[in-house]
Amino acid sequence: MTVERAPLPEIDAGQVIEIIVAFIRSQLEQTGFRRVVVGLSGGVDSATVAYLAVRAVGAENVLVLRMPYRTSSPESETDALRVVEALGCRSERIDITPMVEPMLTLIGDADDLATRVRRGNVLARQRMIVLYDRSAAFDALVAGTSNKSEALLGYGTLYGDMACAIAPIGDLYKSQLRSVATALGVPAEIIAKPPSADLWPGQTDEGELGASYDDLDRILFALVDRRWTAERCEATGMDAKLVAWAAQRVARNEFKRQQPPVAKVSLRTPGVDHLYPRRRPGSRRGS
Amino acid sequence: MEYRIALAQFAPRLGEVDDNVELARGWLRRGVAQGAQLTVFPELALTGYLLSDLVPEVAMRADDARLAALSREAPGMLVAVGFVEETEEHRFCNSAALLRDGELIGLHRKVYLPTYGMFDEGRFTRRGNRIRAEAVGEPLGRIGLSICEDFWHASLPMLQAQDGAQLLVNLAAGPARAPGSSAGLAAIAGWHKMQDTYALLGTVAVAFCNRVGNEEGLTFWGGSRLLGADGSTIAEAPLYEEALVVGAIETDDLRMQRYSLPLLADERLELVRRELDRIIAERAGLPEPNPEDQA
Repeated sequence: MTVERAPLPEIDAGQVIEIIVAFIRSQLEQTGFRRVVVGLSGGVDSATVAYLAVRAVGAENVLVLRMPYRTSSPESETDALRVVEALGCRSERIDITPMVEPMLTLIGDADDLATRVRRGNVLARQRMIVLYDRSAAFDALVAGTSNKSEALLGYGTLYGDMACAIAPIGDLYKSQLRSVATALGVPAEIIAKPPSADLWPGQTDEGELGASYDDLDRILFALVDRRWTAERCEATGMDAKLVAWAAQRVARNEFKRQQPPVAKVSLRTPGVDHLYPRRRPGSRRGS
Repeated sequence: MEYRIALAQFAPRLGEVDDNVELARGWLRRGVAQGAQLTVFPELALTGYLLSDLVPEVAMRADDARLAALSREAPGMLVAVGFVEETEEHRFCNSAALLRDGELIGLHRKVYLPTYGMFDEGRFTRRGNRIRAEAVGEPLGRIGLSICEDFWHASLPMLQAQDGAQLLVNLAAGPARAPGSSAGLAAIAGWHKMQDTYALLGTVAVAFCNRVGNEEGLTFWGGSRLLGADGSTIAEAPLYEEALVVGAIETDDLRMQRYSLPLLADERLELVRRELDRIIAERAGLPEPNPEDQA
Protein backbone atom coordinates (compact mmCIF):
# COMPACT_ATOMS: atom_id res chain seq x y z
CA MET A 1 0.00 0.00 0.00
CA THR A 2 2.64 2.45 1.09
CA VAL A 3 4.86 1.26 -1.71
CA GLU A 4 2.22 1.94 -4.33
CA ARG A 5 1.49 5.42 -3.05
CA ALA A 6 5.14 6.35 -2.71
CA PRO A 7 6.89 4.50 -5.47
CA LEU A 8 10.55 4.24 -6.24
CA PRO A 9 11.44 6.22 -9.31
CA GLU A 10 11.01 3.94 -12.33
CA ILE A 11 13.09 4.23 -15.44
CA ASP A 12 13.62 2.38 -18.67
CA ALA A 13 17.16 1.09 -18.17
CA GLY A 14 17.66 0.46 -21.89
CA GLN A 15 16.84 4.02 -22.84
CA VAL A 16 18.88 5.40 -19.95
CA ILE A 17 21.92 3.46 -21.14
CA GLU A 18 21.38 4.71 -24.68
CA ILE A 19 21.17 8.32 -23.44
CA ILE A 20 24.24 8.10 -21.19
CA VAL A 21 26.41 6.35 -23.77
CA ALA A 22 25.51 9.05 -26.31
CA PHE A 23 26.21 11.68 -23.65
CA ILE A 24 29.71 10.35 -22.96
CA ARG A 25 30.53 10.14 -26.67
CA SER A 26 29.24 13.58 -27.39
CA GLN A 27 31.05 15.17 -24.44
CA LEU A 28 34.32 13.64 -25.62
CA GLU A 29 33.68 14.67 -29.21
CA GLN A 30 32.80 18.21 -28.20
CA THR A 31 35.86 18.62 -25.98
CA GLY A 32 38.32 16.95 -28.34
CA PHE A 33 39.07 13.90 -26.17
CA ARG A 34 38.77 10.21 -26.98
CA ARG A 35 39.46 8.60 -23.64
CA VAL A 36 37.95 8.29 -20.18
CA VAL A 37 39.44 7.72 -16.72
CA VAL A 38 37.31 6.26 -13.93
CA GLY A 39 38.22 5.70 -10.29
CA LEU A 40 37.08 2.14 -9.61
CA SER A 41 36.25 1.37 -5.99
CA GLY A 42 34.65 -2.03 -6.44
CA GLY A 43 31.21 -0.58 -5.71
CA VAL A 44 28.21 -0.47 -8.01
CA ASP A 45 28.44 3.22 -8.92
CA SER A 46 31.97 3.23 -10.30
CA ALA A 47 31.47 -0.21 -11.86
CA THR A 48 28.41 1.12 -13.70
CA VAL A 49 30.35 4.15 -14.93
CA ALA A 50 33.18 1.90 -16.15
CA TYR A 51 30.69 -0.29 -18.04
CA LEU A 52 29.03 2.76 -19.59
CA ALA A 53 32.41 4.25 -20.55
CA VAL A 54 33.54 1.01 -22.21
CA ARG A 55 30.26 0.82 -24.10
CA ALA A 56 30.73 4.42 -25.23
CA VAL A 57 34.37 4.43 -26.32
CA GLY A 58 35.66 0.85 -26.15
CA ALA A 59 37.82 -0.90 -23.55
CA GLU A 60 41.10 0.34 -25.02
CA ASN A 61 40.03 3.94 -24.39
CA VAL A 62 39.04 3.47 -20.77
CA LEU A 63 41.51 3.52 -17.90
CA VAL A 64 40.25 2.50 -14.48
CA LEU A 65 42.25 3.37 -11.40
CA ARG A 66 42.18 1.33 -8.24
CA MET A 67 43.43 3.54 -5.43
CA PRO A 68 43.40 1.63 -2.16
CA TYR A 69 44.46 3.00 1.22
CA ARG A 70 45.96 0.61 3.74
CA THR A 71 42.63 0.14 5.55
CA SER A 72 40.61 -0.35 2.36
CA SER A 73 38.65 -3.57 2.31
CA PRO A 74 40.30 -6.35 0.27
CA GLU A 75 36.85 -7.38 -1.00
CA SER A 76 36.55 -3.97 -2.67
CA GLU A 77 39.69 -4.68 -4.62
CA THR A 78 38.55 -8.18 -5.55
CA ASP A 79 35.31 -6.73 -6.90
CA ALA A 80 37.15 -4.00 -8.79
CA LEU A 81 39.32 -6.66 -10.43
CA ARG A 82 36.18 -8.55 -11.41
CA VAL A 83 35.08 -5.47 -13.35
CA VAL A 84 38.49 -5.05 -15.00
CA GLU A 85 38.50 -8.66 -16.04
CA ALA A 86 34.97 -8.53 -17.42
CA LEU A 87 35.58 -5.33 -19.36
CA GLY A 88 39.15 -5.90 -20.50
CA CYS A 89 39.89 -2.22 -20.05
CA ARG A 90 43.18 -0.67 -18.96
CA SER A 91 43.72 -0.73 -15.25
CA GLU A 92 46.25 0.65 -12.80
CA ARG A 93 46.68 0.20 -9.07
CA ILE A 94 48.02 3.17 -7.17
CA ASP A 95 48.31 2.82 -3.40
CA ILE A 96 47.55 6.23 -1.90
CA THR A 97 48.79 5.30 1.59
CA PRO A 98 52.21 6.98 1.36
CA MET A 99 50.65 10.05 -0.19
CA VAL A 100 48.15 10.66 2.60
CA GLU A 101 49.92 9.47 5.75
CA PRO A 102 51.68 12.79 6.55
CA MET A 103 48.35 14.64 6.33
CA LEU A 104 46.52 11.98 8.34
CA THR A 105 49.20 12.17 11.04
CA LEU A 106 48.50 15.88 11.26
CA ILE A 107 44.77 15.21 11.69
CA GLY A 108 45.34 12.43 14.23
CA ASP A 109 43.11 9.41 14.71
CA ALA A 110 40.68 10.38 17.45
CA ASP A 111 37.65 8.13 17.32
CA ASP A 112 35.00 10.79 16.75
CA LEU A 113 32.86 11.40 13.68
CA ALA A 114 34.41 14.77 12.81
CA THR A 115 37.89 13.27 12.73
CA ARG A 116 36.72 10.28 10.70
CA VAL A 117 35.09 12.59 8.17
CA ARG A 118 38.20 14.76 7.93
CA ARG A 119 40.34 11.67 7.34
CA GLY A 120 37.85 10.36 4.79
CA ASN A 121 37.94 13.69 2.96
CA VAL A 122 41.73 13.45 2.69
CA LEU A 123 41.43 10.03 1.05
CA ALA A 124 38.75 11.23 -1.36
CA ARG A 125 40.74 14.32 -2.31
CA GLN A 126 43.97 12.40 -2.75
CA ARG A 127 42.17 10.05 -5.12
CA MET A 128 40.99 13.12 -7.05
CA ILE A 129 44.62 14.26 -7.37
CA VAL A 130 45.67 10.88 -8.71
CA LEU A 131 42.68 10.69 -11.10
CA TYR A 132 43.33 14.12 -12.55
CA ASP A 133 47.04 13.47 -12.87
CA ARG A 134 46.45 10.17 -14.64
CA SER A 135 43.79 11.80 -16.85
CA ALA A 136 46.44 14.28 -18.04
CA ALA A 137 48.93 11.48 -18.69
CA PHE A 138 46.34 9.28 -20.41
CA ASP A 139 44.87 12.23 -22.32
CA ALA A 140 41.40 11.54 -20.98
CA LEU A 141 38.43 13.09 -19.24
CA VAL A 142 37.59 12.10 -15.66
CA ALA A 143 34.14 10.51 -15.50
CA GLY A 144 32.53 11.10 -12.11
CA THR A 145 30.85 8.34 -10.15
CA SER A 146 28.49 10.32 -7.91
CA ASN A 147 24.80 9.48 -8.13
CA LYS A 148 21.72 11.62 -7.56
CA SER A 149 20.96 10.26 -4.08
CA GLU A 150 24.45 11.26 -2.91
CA ALA A 151 24.36 14.61 -4.66
CA LEU A 152 21.01 15.54 -3.11
CA LEU A 153 22.02 14.43 0.37
CA GLY A 154 25.47 15.98 0.03
CA TYR A 155 26.99 12.61 0.73
CA GLY A 156 30.27 13.21 -1.02
CA THR A 157 33.50 15.15 -0.65
CA LEU A 158 33.70 18.51 -2.39
CA TYR A 159 36.75 18.50 -4.70
CA GLY A 160 37.14 14.84 -3.84
CA ASP A 161 34.89 12.13 -5.26
CA MET A 162 32.56 14.89 -6.51
CA ALA A 163 35.25 16.28 -8.82
CA CYS A 164 34.89 15.26 -12.47
CA ALA A 165 34.71 16.51 -16.03
CA ILE A 166 31.45 14.72 -16.78
CA ALA A 167 28.87 13.12 -14.52
CA PRO A 168 27.25 10.21 -16.39
CA ILE A 169 25.20 8.85 -13.48
CA GLY A 170 24.63 12.12 -11.61
CA ASP A 171 20.89 12.11 -12.37
CA LEU A 172 20.24 8.49 -11.35
CA TYR A 173 19.06 7.53 -7.89
CA LYS A 174 20.94 4.70 -6.24
CA SER A 175 17.94 2.40 -6.60
CA GLN A 176 17.68 3.21 -10.34
CA LEU A 177 21.38 2.63 -10.74
CA ARG A 178 21.01 -0.94 -9.67
CA SER A 179 18.61 -1.68 -12.53
CA VAL A 180 20.93 0.08 -14.98
CA ALA A 181 23.88 -1.91 -13.59
CA THR A 182 21.91 -5.13 -14.01
CA ALA A 183 21.04 -4.28 -17.60
CA LEU A 184 24.71 -3.54 -18.30
CA GLY A 185 25.82 -6.90 -16.89
CA VAL A 186 27.68 -5.58 -13.83
CA PRO A 187 28.50 -8.65 -11.66
CA ALA A 188 25.61 -9.48 -9.33
CA GLU A 189 27.88 -9.59 -6.23
CA ILE A 190 28.76 -5.94 -6.78
CA ILE A 191 25.14 -4.91 -7.21
CA ALA A 192 24.00 -6.85 -4.16
CA LYS A 193 26.60 -5.79 -1.58
CA PRO A 194 25.91 -2.97 0.88
CA PRO A 195 27.11 0.38 -0.53
CA SER A 196 30.17 1.76 1.23
CA ALA A 197 32.50 4.71 0.74
CA ASP A 198 35.12 2.45 2.39
CA LEU A 199 36.75 5.46 4.00
CA TRP A 200 37.13 3.63 7.29
CA PRO A 201 36.76 -0.06 8.18
CA GLY A 202 33.18 -1.24 8.52
CA GLN A 203 31.70 1.97 7.11
CA THR A 204 28.50 1.56 5.11
CA ASP A 205 26.51 4.34 3.45
CA GLU A 206 23.26 3.14 4.89
CA GLY A 207 24.78 2.81 8.38
CA GLU A 208 26.13 6.32 8.16
CA LEU A 209 23.02 7.85 6.59
CA GLY A 210 20.79 5.98 9.03
CA ALA A 211 18.37 4.64 6.42
CA SER A 212 18.27 2.42 3.36
CA TYR A 213 18.71 3.93 -0.09
CA ASP A 214 15.32 2.49 -1.05
CA ASP A 215 13.63 4.48 1.71
CA LEU A 216 15.74 7.57 1.06
CA ASP A 217 15.14 7.43 -2.69
CA ARG A 218 11.38 7.20 -2.17
CA ILE A 219 11.55 10.34 -0.06
CA LEU A 220 13.93 12.21 -2.37
CA PHE A 221 11.91 11.25 -5.44
CA ALA A 222 8.77 12.58 -3.77
CA LEU A 223 10.36 15.78 -2.45
CA VAL A 224 12.48 16.63 -5.46
CA ASP A 225 11.07 15.09 -8.62
CA ARG A 226 7.40 15.20 -7.68
CA ARG A 227 7.65 18.40 -5.60
CA TRP A 228 5.66 16.91 -2.73
CA THR A 229 5.48 18.70 0.61
CA ALA A 230 6.79 16.97 3.72
CA GLU A 231 3.19 16.65 4.91
CA ARG A 232 2.18 14.77 1.80
CA CYS A 233 5.18 12.44 2.15
CA GLU A 234 4.14 11.67 5.71
CA ALA A 235 0.52 11.12 4.68
CA THR A 236 1.68 8.34 2.37
CA GLY A 237 3.37 6.55 5.25
CA MET A 238 6.93 7.82 5.00
CA ASP A 239 8.74 8.28 8.28
CA ALA A 240 8.26 11.91 9.36
CA LYS A 241 11.67 12.20 11.00
CA LEU A 242 13.42 10.76 7.98
CA VAL A 243 11.53 13.08 5.63
CA ALA A 244 12.52 16.11 7.70
CA TRP A 245 16.11 14.93 7.92
CA ALA A 246 16.33 14.34 4.15
CA ALA A 247 14.74 17.70 3.33
CA GLN A 248 17.20 19.44 5.61
CA ARG A 249 20.16 17.64 4.05
CA VAL A 250 19.03 18.59 0.58
CA ALA A 251 18.83 22.23 1.63
CA ARG A 252 22.00 22.24 3.68
CA ASN A 253 24.04 20.76 0.84
CA GLU A 254 22.86 23.08 -1.92
CA PHE A 255 26.31 24.67 -1.81
CA LYS A 256 27.94 21.42 -2.85
CA ARG A 257 25.91 21.26 -6.05
CA GLN A 258 26.63 24.78 -7.21
CA GLN A 259 29.57 26.91 -8.18
CA PRO A 260 30.67 29.23 -5.34
CA PRO A 261 28.94 32.63 -5.47
CA VAL A 262 31.01 35.38 -7.05
CA ALA A 263 30.71 38.83 -5.47
CA LYS A 264 29.27 40.83 -8.32
CA VAL A 265 30.97 44.14 -8.96
CA SER A 266 31.23 44.30 -12.75
CA LEU A 267 28.68 44.76 -15.53
CA ARG A 268 29.00 41.20 -16.71
CA THR A 269 29.89 38.30 -14.46
CA PRO A 270 30.58 34.69 -15.36
CA GLY A 271 27.69 32.50 -14.24
CA VAL A 272 25.40 35.45 -13.59
CA ASP A 273 24.99 37.30 -16.87
CA HIS A 274 27.88 35.89 -18.87
CA LEU A 275 26.13 32.68 -19.83
CA TYR A 276 27.48 30.22 -22.35
CA PRO A 277 27.29 26.51 -22.90
CA ARG A 278 30.49 24.78 -21.78
CA ARG A 279 31.01 23.31 -25.20
CA ARG A 280 30.85 25.87 -27.96
CA PRO A 281 32.81 27.09 -30.97
CA GLY A 282 36.41 27.51 -29.89
CA SER A 283 36.06 25.42 -26.74
CA ARG A 284 37.13 22.19 -28.39
CA ARG A 285 40.73 21.28 -27.68
CA GLY A 286 42.91 22.00 -30.72
CA SER A 287 40.24 24.16 -32.35
CA MET B 1 -2.52 13.66 -55.29
CA GLU B 2 0.48 12.43 -53.35
CA TYR B 3 2.71 14.91 -51.63
CA ARG B 4 6.06 13.59 -50.41
CA ILE B 5 7.53 14.97 -47.21
CA ALA B 6 10.98 14.29 -45.73
CA LEU B 7 11.76 14.79 -42.04
CA ALA B 8 15.50 15.34 -41.50
CA GLN B 9 16.02 14.45 -37.85
CA PHE B 10 19.69 15.30 -37.43
CA ALA B 11 22.04 16.49 -34.67
CA PRO B 12 23.16 20.08 -35.22
CA ARG B 13 26.46 21.26 -33.72
CA LEU B 14 25.98 23.89 -31.07
CA GLY B 15 26.98 27.33 -32.30
CA GLU B 16 28.58 26.06 -35.54
CA VAL B 17 26.43 27.66 -38.20
CA ASP B 18 28.68 26.87 -41.19
CA ASP B 19 28.96 23.21 -40.15
CA ASN B 20 25.20 22.98 -39.74
CA VAL B 21 24.45 24.53 -43.11
CA GLU B 22 26.76 21.93 -44.61
CA LEU B 23 25.10 19.10 -42.67
CA ALA B 24 21.66 20.35 -43.69
CA ARG B 25 22.78 20.47 -47.31
CA GLY B 26 23.71 16.77 -47.09
CA TRP B 27 20.32 15.83 -45.63
CA LEU B 28 18.58 17.93 -48.25
CA ARG B 29 20.34 16.04 -51.03
CA ARG B 30 19.03 12.82 -49.54
CA GLY B 31 15.54 14.33 -49.53
CA VAL B 32 15.92 15.19 -53.21
CA ALA B 33 17.08 11.66 -53.98
CA GLN B 34 13.94 10.31 -52.33
CA GLY B 35 11.66 12.60 -54.26
CA ALA B 36 10.57 14.80 -51.37
CA GLN B 37 8.56 17.91 -52.25
CA LEU B 38 9.04 19.33 -48.75
CA THR B 39 11.93 18.73 -46.34
CA VAL B 40 11.50 19.70 -42.71
CA PHE B 41 14.44 20.32 -40.41
CA PRO B 42 14.32 20.65 -36.61
CA GLU B 43 14.06 23.77 -34.49
CA LEU B 44 17.31 25.81 -34.50
CA ALA B 45 18.78 23.30 -36.96
CA LEU B 46 21.39 25.80 -38.14
CA THR B 47 22.57 26.85 -34.66
CA GLY B 48 21.88 24.22 -32.03
CA TYR B 49 19.59 24.76 -29.06
CA LEU B 50 21.32 25.66 -25.77
CA LEU B 51 22.79 28.88 -27.08
CA SER B 52 22.46 31.27 -24.14
CA ASP B 53 24.65 34.28 -24.92
CA LEU B 54 25.72 32.79 -28.25
CA VAL B 55 22.44 34.07 -29.70
CA PRO B 56 23.81 37.30 -31.25
CA GLU B 57 26.82 35.41 -32.59
CA VAL B 58 24.78 32.90 -34.59
CA ALA B 59 21.86 35.12 -35.59
CA MET B 60 21.12 35.84 -39.24
CA ARG B 61 18.57 37.87 -41.16
CA ALA B 62 15.73 35.93 -42.76
CA ASP B 63 17.07 37.01 -46.16
CA ASP B 64 20.55 35.68 -45.38
CA ALA B 65 22.35 34.30 -48.42
CA ARG B 66 23.13 31.07 -46.57
CA LEU B 67 19.43 30.25 -46.22
CA ALA B 68 18.80 31.00 -49.87
CA ALA B 69 21.80 28.91 -50.96
CA LEU B 70 20.66 25.99 -48.83
CA SER B 71 17.25 26.05 -50.46
CA ARG B 72 18.72 26.26 -53.98
CA GLU B 73 20.37 22.93 -53.24
CA ALA B 74 16.95 21.36 -53.84
CA PRO B 75 15.31 22.95 -56.89
CA GLY B 76 11.53 23.20 -56.64
CA MET B 77 11.47 21.75 -53.14
CA LEU B 78 9.97 23.47 -50.10
CA VAL B 79 12.40 23.63 -47.18
CA ALA B 80 11.43 24.44 -43.58
CA VAL B 81 14.44 25.14 -41.39
CA GLY B 82 14.99 26.53 -37.91
CA PHE B 83 17.51 29.29 -37.19
CA VAL B 84 18.11 32.32 -34.96
CA GLU B 85 16.68 35.33 -36.74
CA GLU B 86 17.82 38.88 -36.16
CA THR B 87 15.16 41.29 -37.34
CA GLU B 88 15.83 44.70 -38.84
CA GLU B 89 15.27 46.28 -35.45
CA HIS B 90 17.66 43.71 -33.85
CA ARG B 91 15.08 41.55 -32.23
CA PHE B 92 16.44 38.02 -31.82
CA CYS B 93 13.88 35.30 -32.51
CA ASN B 94 13.74 31.55 -32.67
CA SER B 95 12.41 31.33 -36.23
CA ALA B 96 11.51 28.90 -38.97
CA ALA B 97 12.08 29.88 -42.58
CA LEU B 98 10.07 28.38 -45.40
CA LEU B 99 12.03 28.54 -48.63
CA ARG B 100 11.74 27.47 -52.25
CA ASP B 101 14.34 27.97 -54.97
CA GLY B 102 16.19 30.44 -52.78
CA GLU B 103 13.09 32.54 -52.07
CA LEU B 104 11.75 33.10 -48.57
CA ILE B 105 8.06 32.30 -48.93
CA GLY B 106 7.13 31.99 -45.27
CA LEU B 107 8.46 32.81 -41.82
CA HIS B 108 7.31 31.85 -38.35
CA ARG B 109 8.76 33.28 -35.16
CA LYS B 110 8.27 31.04 -32.13
CA VAL B 111 5.32 32.50 -30.25
CA TYR B 112 5.57 30.49 -27.04
CA LEU B 113 9.07 30.50 -25.55
CA PRO B 114 9.21 28.05 -22.65
CA THR B 115 10.81 29.78 -19.68
CA TYR B 116 10.15 27.39 -16.83
CA GLY B 117 11.64 24.21 -15.40
CA MET B 118 14.59 23.20 -17.55
CA PHE B 119 13.82 25.82 -20.21
CA ASP B 120 15.13 29.38 -20.33
CA GLU B 121 14.28 30.53 -23.84
CA GLY B 122 12.53 33.77 -22.96
CA ARG B 123 15.73 34.99 -21.42
CA PHE B 124 17.70 34.86 -24.67
CA THR B 125 15.15 35.23 -27.49
CA ARG B 126 12.07 37.36 -28.07
CA ARG B 127 8.67 35.95 -28.90
CA GLY B 128 6.95 36.12 -32.25
CA ASN B 129 3.60 37.90 -32.63
CA ARG B 130 2.06 36.32 -35.66
CA ILE B 131 0.11 33.11 -36.20
CA ARG B 132 -0.62 32.45 -39.87
CA ALA B 133 -0.87 29.79 -42.51
CA GLU B 134 1.59 30.42 -45.31
CA ALA B 135 0.55 30.18 -48.97
CA VAL B 136 2.66 27.58 -50.78
CA GLY B 137 0.61 26.90 -53.90
CA GLU B 138 -1.00 23.66 -55.04
CA PRO B 139 -1.63 20.99 -53.95
CA LEU B 140 -1.44 22.09 -50.30
CA GLY B 141 -2.57 25.67 -50.62
CA ARG B 142 -1.35 26.74 -47.22
CA ILE B 143 0.76 25.26 -44.47
CA GLY B 144 1.07 26.28 -40.81
CA LEU B 145 4.56 26.54 -39.35
CA SER B 146 5.18 26.27 -35.64
CA ILE B 147 8.13 25.63 -33.37
CA CYS B 148 8.14 23.03 -30.57
CA GLU B 149 6.40 24.64 -27.55
CA ASP B 150 3.99 26.46 -29.90
CA PHE B 151 2.28 23.07 -30.31
CA TRP B 152 1.50 22.86 -26.60
CA HIS B 153 -0.98 25.70 -27.13
CA ALA B 154 -3.93 24.27 -29.04
CA SER B 155 -5.10 27.68 -30.21
CA LEU B 156 -2.08 28.04 -32.49
CA PRO B 157 -2.50 24.96 -34.73
CA MET B 158 -6.28 25.37 -34.68
CA LEU B 159 -5.96 28.99 -35.86
CA GLN B 160 -3.62 27.86 -38.61
CA ALA B 161 -6.12 25.20 -39.69
CA GLN B 162 -8.82 27.88 -39.78
CA ASP B 163 -6.47 30.08 -41.77
CA GLY B 164 -6.37 27.45 -44.50
CA ALA B 165 -3.47 25.18 -43.53
CA GLN B 166 -3.78 21.66 -44.93
CA LEU B 167 -0.50 20.70 -43.32
CA LEU B 168 0.88 21.65 -39.92
CA VAL B 169 4.67 21.63 -39.74
CA ASN B 170 6.27 21.62 -36.30
CA LEU B 171 10.05 22.00 -35.93
CA ALA B 172 11.20 20.76 -32.53
CA ALA B 173 14.13 20.35 -30.16
CA GLY B 174 12.61 18.17 -27.47
CA PRO B 175 14.95 16.92 -24.72
CA ALA B 176 14.38 13.46 -23.21
CA ARG B 177 13.41 13.23 -19.54
CA ALA B 178 12.78 10.28 -17.24
CA PRO B 179 12.49 7.68 -20.01
CA GLY B 180 10.28 4.80 -18.97
CA SER B 181 8.64 6.53 -16.01
CA SER B 182 5.11 7.79 -16.36
CA ALA B 183 6.52 11.31 -16.66
CA GLY B 184 8.81 10.22 -19.47
CA LEU B 185 5.93 8.56 -21.23
CA ALA B 186 3.98 11.73 -20.74
CA ALA B 187 6.71 13.61 -22.55
CA ILE B 188 6.85 11.41 -25.66
CA ALA B 189 3.36 9.93 -25.53
CA GLY B 190 2.03 13.40 -24.74
CA TRP B 191 3.53 14.68 -27.98
CA HIS B 192 1.92 11.81 -29.85
CA LYS B 193 -1.52 12.39 -28.36
CA MET B 194 -1.31 16.07 -29.17
CA GLN B 195 -0.26 15.52 -32.79
CA ASP B 196 -2.95 12.87 -33.31
CA THR B 197 -5.55 15.20 -31.85
CA TYR B 198 -4.58 18.17 -34.04
CA ALA B 199 -4.68 16.01 -37.16
CA LEU B 200 -8.10 14.71 -36.18
CA LEU B 201 -9.68 17.98 -34.99
CA GLY B 202 -8.07 20.12 -37.66
CA THR B 203 -8.59 17.52 -40.40
CA VAL B 204 -5.06 18.46 -41.33
CA ALA B 205 -1.84 16.56 -42.01
CA VAL B 206 0.94 16.96 -39.43
CA ALA B 207 4.70 16.86 -39.98
CA PHE B 208 6.77 16.89 -36.77
CA CYS B 209 10.55 16.98 -36.98
CA ASN B 210 12.41 16.66 -33.67
CA ARG B 211 16.19 16.80 -33.47
CA VAL B 212 18.57 14.26 -31.93
CA GLY B 213 22.04 14.58 -30.41
CA ASN B 214 23.41 15.93 -27.15
CA GLU B 215 24.09 19.39 -25.81
CA GLU B 216 25.55 19.76 -22.31
CA GLY B 217 23.57 17.18 -20.35
CA LEU B 218 20.56 17.18 -22.68
CA THR B 219 19.71 14.39 -25.10
CA PHE B 220 17.15 15.19 -27.79
CA TRP B 221 14.81 12.31 -28.52
CA GLY B 222 13.95 12.50 -32.22
CA GLY B 223 10.94 10.30 -33.00
CA SER B 224 9.80 12.58 -35.86
CA ARG B 225 6.37 11.76 -37.30
CA LEU B 226 4.20 12.32 -40.31
CA LEU B 227 0.44 12.00 -39.84
CA GLY B 228 -2.43 11.97 -42.29
CA ALA B 229 -5.46 14.25 -41.89
CA ASP B 230 -7.33 11.42 -40.14
CA GLY B 231 -4.62 11.04 -37.49
CA SER B 232 -3.07 7.93 -39.05
CA THR B 233 0.71 7.54 -38.80
CA ILE B 234 2.32 7.66 -42.25
CA ALA B 235 5.97 7.68 -41.25
CA GLU B 236 7.88 7.62 -37.97
CA ALA B 237 11.60 8.06 -37.23
CA PRO B 238 13.53 6.14 -34.56
CA LEU B 239 14.27 7.59 -31.13
CA TYR B 240 17.69 9.21 -30.50
CA GLU B 241 19.24 8.38 -33.90
CA GLU B 242 19.82 10.59 -36.90
CA ALA B 243 17.43 9.66 -39.70
CA LEU B 244 15.65 10.94 -42.75
CA VAL B 245 12.16 9.54 -42.99
CA VAL B 246 10.03 10.16 -46.03
CA GLY B 247 6.30 9.64 -46.40
CA ALA B 248 3.52 10.77 -48.67
CA ILE B 249 0.28 12.43 -47.65
CA GLU B 250 -2.64 12.00 -50.02
CA THR B 251 -4.50 15.26 -50.66
CA ASP B 252 -7.56 13.37 -51.95
CA ASP B 253 -7.85 11.73 -48.53
CA LEU B 254 -7.67 15.14 -46.90
CA ARG B 255 -10.40 16.39 -49.24
CA MET B 256 -12.76 13.53 -48.41
CA GLN B 257 -11.89 13.76 -44.73
CA ARG B 258 -12.99 17.38 -44.78
CA TYR B 259 -16.22 16.39 -46.55
CA SER B 260 -16.96 13.58 -44.09
CA LEU B 261 -15.90 15.54 -41.05
CA PRO B 262 -16.61 19.24 -41.70
CA LEU B 263 -15.24 20.36 -38.35
CA LEU B 264 -13.31 23.33 -39.67
CA ALA B 265 -16.18 24.62 -41.75
CA ASP B 266 -18.63 24.21 -38.85
CA GLU B 267 -16.46 26.10 -36.37
CA ARG B 268 -18.32 29.09 -34.91
CA LEU B 269 -15.49 31.59 -35.16
CA GLU B 270 -17.73 34.56 -34.37
CA LEU B 271 -18.83 32.81 -31.18
CA VAL B 272 -15.24 31.95 -30.28
CA ARG B 273 -14.28 35.54 -30.83
CA ARG B 274 -17.14 36.94 -28.74
CA GLU B 275 -16.35 34.66 -25.81
CA LEU B 276 -12.65 35.41 -26.11
CA ASP B 277 -13.35 39.14 -26.06
CA ARG B 278 -15.44 38.65 -22.93
CA ILE B 279 -12.75 36.57 -21.18
CA ILE B 280 -10.02 39.04 -22.13
CA ALA B 281 -12.11 41.93 -20.82
CA GLU B 282 -12.84 40.12 -17.55
CA ARG B 283 -9.18 39.33 -17.01
CA ALA B 284 -8.21 42.92 -17.68
CA GLY B 285 -10.97 44.21 -15.40
CA LEU B 286 -12.68 46.04 -18.30
CA PRO B 287 -16.43 46.24 -18.82
CA GLU B 288 -17.82 43.28 -20.73
CA PRO B 289 -18.08 44.00 -24.46
CA ASN B 290 -21.65 44.45 -25.60
CA PRO B 291 -22.57 41.28 -27.48
CA GLU B 292 -24.98 43.32 -29.64
CA ASP B 293 -22.01 45.21 -31.05
CA GLN B 294 -20.42 42.04 -32.26
CA ALA B 295 -23.25 39.76 -33.18
